[in-house]
Amino acid sequence: MRLKRLIAGTIMAGTLAGAALPAFADELFVPLFSYRTGPFAGSGIPIANGMHDYLTMLNERDGGINGVKIRVSECETGYDTQKGVECYEQVKGEGALVISPYSTGITLQVIPKASVDKIPVLSMAYGLSAAAEGNTFPWVFNPPNTYWDGASAIVTDIARREGGAEALKGKKIGYIFLDAGYGREPIPLLEQMASDMGFELLQYPVPGKEMQNQSSQWLNIRRDRPDYMIMWGWGAMSPTAVKEATKIRYPMDKFYGIWWSGGNDDAAAGGEAAKGYRTLNFHGVGSDFGVIQDIKKYVVDAGKSEVDPAKFADNLYNRGVYNSMLIAEGIRRAQELTGKTVIDATDMRNGLENLDITEARLKEMGMEGFALPMKLSCDDHSGHHKVYVVEWDGKDWQKSGDWFSPDVDVVKPLLKKAAEDYAASNAPWPERTEACLN
Amino acid sequence: MLYRESGQYKTSYISDQSIFPIREDRIGIAIIGVIAIVIPFVASDFFLNAIMTPFLILALAAIGLNILTGYAGQLSLGTGAFMGVGAYSCYKLTTIFPDVNIIILVLLSGLFSAGIGVIFGLPSLRIKGLYLAVTTLAAQFFLEWCFIRIPWLYNYNSSGAIEVPERRGFGDIILTGPAAGAMTQYFVVLGIVVVVTLAVKNIVRGRIGRQWMMIRDMDIAAELMGVRPLTAKLSAFAVSSYLCGVAGAMFIFFYLGAAEPSAFSITLSFQILFMVILGGLGSLVGSYFGAAFIWGLPIVLRAVLPAMGIDIGAETVFHIATMVVGALIIFFLIVEPHGLARLWSLGKEKLRVWPFPYG
Repeated sequence: MRLKRLIAGTIMAGTLAGAALPAFADELFVPLFSYRTGPFAGSGIPIANGMHDYLTMLNERDGGINGVKIRVSECETGYDTQKGVECYEQVKGEGALVISPYSTGITLQVIPKASVDKIPVLSMAYGLSAAAEGNTFPWVFNPPNTYWDGASAIVTDIARREGGAEALKGKKIGYIFLDAGYGREPIPLLEQMASDMGFELLQYPVPGKEMQNQSSQWLNIRRDRPDYMIMWGWGAMSPTAVKEATKIRYPMDKFYGIWWSGGNDDAAAGGEAAKGYRTLNFHGVGSDFGVIQDIKKYVVDAGKSEVDPAKFADNLYNRGVYNSMLIAEGIRRAQELTGKTVIDATDMRNGLENLDITEARLKEMGMEGFALPMKLSCDDHSGHHKVYVVEWDGKDWQKSGDWFSPDVDVVKPLLKKAAEDYAASNAPWPERTEACLN
Repeated sequence: MLYRESGQYKTSYISDQSIFPIREDRIGIAIIGVIAIVIPFVASDFFLNAIMTPFLILALAAIGLNILTGYAGQLSLGTGAFMGVGAYSCYKLTTIFPDVNIIILVLLSGLFSAGIGVIFGLPSLRIKGLYLAVTTLAAQFFLEWCFIRIPWLYNYNSSGAIEVPERRGFGDIILTGPAAGAMTQYFVVLGIVVVVTLAVKNIVRGRIGRQWMMIRDMDIAAELMGVRPLTAKLSAFAVSSYLCGVAGAMFIFFYLGAAEPSAFSITLSFQILFMVILGGLGSLVGSYFGAAFIWGLPIVLRAVLPAMGIDIGAETVFHIATMVVGALIIFFLIVEPHGLARLWSLGKEKLRVWPFPYG
């Protein structure tokens, strides 16, 4: 009996939950897939805080975007693909404007669904590199850079330091990566560059469940003595790798991380010894920007943020802010294009595709010097924008060198081919039917 | 009063041996059947996609493990990997034979899983109990390693994931892929799970099932009575892995849509083991209860807590759901260590004599 009642109750609660999904008219619904739990929480928390706080700041300071409030709702994924799919199904019914999966695994899952359900996916500088081909993937956006841009930028910087691409011949470059969709993504590009430039690529995969125990990988690295190391780490993997690198006394200024391995906590794990550790970046570090001061004033000081004051405006927090800025600007652009203030997901796609953030607009937003102007188009959903290198000085990230462009000549043809391959292996892949507005 | 079997006479062997000998049970099953068919027309896509379809698939996987652990008494921790074998072989099959109906391929892919299961079941002839669990754990890690390290399995995809292509069947209905409807996928899964459950029910109550139970209860006695442990144990491994393989193929093709190897990690094996233990060892209906409990409850909690107007962060809801489920597992195991299925049959006993209990 008790059991029967329990089952009846569960079924009733389930149908209630299914039926009670609200549909508000006058708001902009932006779901955030976040992970404040699990082994990737170390990277997930600052990102989630940054994203949440920027959108809250817009609500507090400007009353939303052009007078329409943004409804921000977090869905906890724990960086788990299954839960991500569940979150996707949930927000789909609620009228989500855009999906930010914050996991390459989840991005790969939702890419085929996006064009069917007509919800744009904004995977900011992560996810499937080939998705930059807007004509094959009209619903997916990965500005300002793809992983392949990132990988080519690191190799470009190494070549610059060695004094030219020819000098890389015969060098050994090690690649330590999280053995998942995320870490495997840049391998085709790195292999291509290795054969073009004649350097040797050594791969050190780190399985997801052994992120915190990398001694065997670093033992191999000590044996192989690569001239440079490149890391694709996330969550608990990055601080562990930095610590292990300092332990074997690997020269830290020859150790490069992708932008995601640039959390303050990641580098701080190596302490003073991690001085010199370099990662890519595409937005400002620190809190000396108008936008960050506004967030502090309207959100953090008003007690509306979950952020730990000591970690306010650290590198990954600022990246969350940058990501939310792209979402907000996409909404604003969509409002401009349609003339409506309340937009839907289809308008949002047009907004993102016609995104054009100028120097003047950056100044208006208080982001002068925080980010570079960026522009997307119908066939380029990434833009391959400039990046720069930050260096860990033992306490914080410092800008090192100027903004420079990734090796677009290598990346673009490969992207085109990868997009074709993707469409072929997922045949019948839908043809683009969305009109191009730019 | 309502649930009374007096006056129901069995006049033929067929009616005596039917799966549901009591009329009230048949009515109950008919009602559940009607509900199962009506649900997709009234429920939201979220309810179908995120709760019902995976619940049915995991129930089938739980039945698979229940055959091995509950009926034949062989502890296994490799369920997730056997599901993975089914998923990867279905993916390879549909790559090689794109025109064959995907449902046939799903059912065929279980055979590969059964083959692998038999191979990893060989040690069970010598090893028992916890030690066997360790060898199946080895199967789990070995197969997971294969899914990561053999690129042929995922068609050399650069991200190492398998992505489900679009497949049509029965005229021109889209069965798999992103464009497939939630209702179509639900009905396909429901059909497969119901048919397979009926088949398993008949195996379990027949000669083979009885052999498994004899082996489980006392293998030496069983052997003395003429049961060959080799065939009994290996057939249990084969049937169990077959079911897990079919469930794994459906998990990818009708639910997730794409998968990384981590989808078949040890976590999934444990999840299914908990379903079996909580639902009831050696009970088919218990597998359904266990799957509903372990899969459904966290999702329902996560959906209901915010809907009730409790305004807390997404991660707090997550923590609370984990704690509540954990507490409920402990509660149920204390109240009824034999699982929800035993609770169910006790309820039925009580109902039979209601409202005049005796004894």
